[in-house]
Amino acid sequence: MDTVWAIFREAIVLILIGDPDLWEIIALSLRVTLTAVTLACLIGLPLGALVGAFRFPGRTVAVVLLNTLMGLPPVTVGLLVYLMLSRTGPLGPLGLLYTPTAMVVAQTILVTPIIAALTRQVVEDLYAEYAEQFASLGVGAWARLTALLWDALVSLMTVALAGFGRAVAEVGAVIIVGGNINHVTRVMTTSIALETSKGNLELALALGLVLLALAVVVNAVVMGIRASAVRAAYV
Amino acid sequence: MFSAGLGRRRFLAGLATLAAAPAAARPDFILVQASTSLENSGFFDHLLPQFTAETGIAVRVVAVGTGQAIRNAANGDGDVLFVHDRGAEEAFVAAGFGTQRYDVMHNDFVLVGPEADPAGIGGGQDAATALAAIAAAGARFASRGDDSGTHKAERRLWSRGVPAGARWYLETGAGMGATLNTAIGMGAYTLTDRATWTRFGNRAGFRILVAGDPRLFNQYGIVPVNPARHPHIRADLVRIFVDWLLSPRGQAAIAGFRVAGEQLFFPNAGGSD
Repeated sequence: MDTVWAIFREAIVLILIGDPDLWEIIALSLRVTLTAVTLACLIGLPLGALVGAFRFPGRTVAVVLLNTLMGLPPVTVGLLVYLMLSRTGPLGPLGLLYTPTAMVVAQTILVTPIIAALTRQVVEDLYAEYAEQFASLGVGAWARLTALLWDALVSLMTVALAGFGRAVAEVGAVIIVGGNINHVTRVMTTSIALETSKGNLELALALGLVLLALAVVVNAVVMGIRASAVRAAYV
Repeated sequence: MFSAGLGRRRFLAGLATLAAAPAAARPDFILVQASTSLENSGFFDHLLPQFTAETGIAVRVVAVGTGQAIRNAANGDGDVLFVHDRGAEEAFVAAGFGTQRYDVMHNDFVLVGPEADPAGIGGGQDAATALAAIAAAGARFASRGDDSGTHKAERRLWSRGVPAGARWYLETGAGMGATLNTAIGMGAYTLTDRATWTRFGNRAGFRILVAGDPRLFNQYGIVPVNPARHPHIRADLVRIFVDWLLSPRGQAAIAGFRVAGEQLFFPNAGGSD
């Protein structure tokens, strides 16, 4: 029990003291993950809605593929992105390896299938309710998509949170493509891995608690937005 | 790790550029592919600020196992290699990936193990005899299993061949720190560089059992990546970095790194090939 309390104390001290290095790492974690989740939403929401709201040949295959890709191993994604961005890789001349941009790319690849697959389910359920109305009103394809996405907005916020949770907690991909470079690509999860490898287990766990607190804050903010959106809908 | 140095402004600036992507055409920093032992021991935190203060050149470090560092550098994903596997470094130069290899400093490997010492190797000075005793006792031994400099050194010490496949021989396939954590968790012996061990925070009763064998000598070398192979390499900045490390100033900075009063790296520049 002593250790557990020591870890809690260390976590609280870390947050309260507001160590500049820690804030820098938290800011980079947020910057990378929020950018990746935003990009993943821009791709995944329309993609998932398309598969959810339309019938087309090969649709079942698309659904299976999306659901499978939700389980992409982060290390594999990290390696693929490394091979693309490495100097000898096809995108090597861009010089993006070991930058936050590389980490955003890797996390976007990880999160997009999650957003798309969950959006597909949400939109498909909603479409079942709306199908008759759409047909009787003769609603066009574009209007159908936007109406479904708009009406599912509240559920889709939870979808985005699922993506955020996956990205912010992920270490396998970002440590390969980011390199865990101090002050450049070091984020919360790679710091935890580094402190664990130094045998500083208490500090590593305390950092884990800080990461958890960060996730709580993000979730609370989104749920707050969600609650006010629901209220607005009933006014 | 979390020492003061960067101000609040930097945090705010970080937030302000939340979505901005940095351009990286011809950077004004050098990227070092390095052994984890140099990062985990705190050595770079001691050394690099001195270099940057004197030259204005920023240094970024990717700390991975020596095997992975060499592969990354061969791909051009680094300007200079700073590792501890002489044979692999020489092969790197011979294959045209590096221009030249320089000795920088040395320390030694040590065999660590549990207090109980089931194979009875404590106090010995012959590493090969100690490993043979571990094998004879069937006591657990944790190997890096990752082609790192430490892993290569360990494999050279098994006089009757690496006991791959033996139930008591655990290949972690992980870095030094992760392997130490595993060894400690399972009560297994393991070979570690002294720097990582001295700085390691989770010893849980483990201690150094065998040290002082000349075969446990651990030489660190530096190899600039060949700009003829990878034109984007900042060969000009790398030259300054290498010259500084090998100069009396750099060598003194290396000798000045101490953890709990103990010197962890001993400069020995002069050799090259």
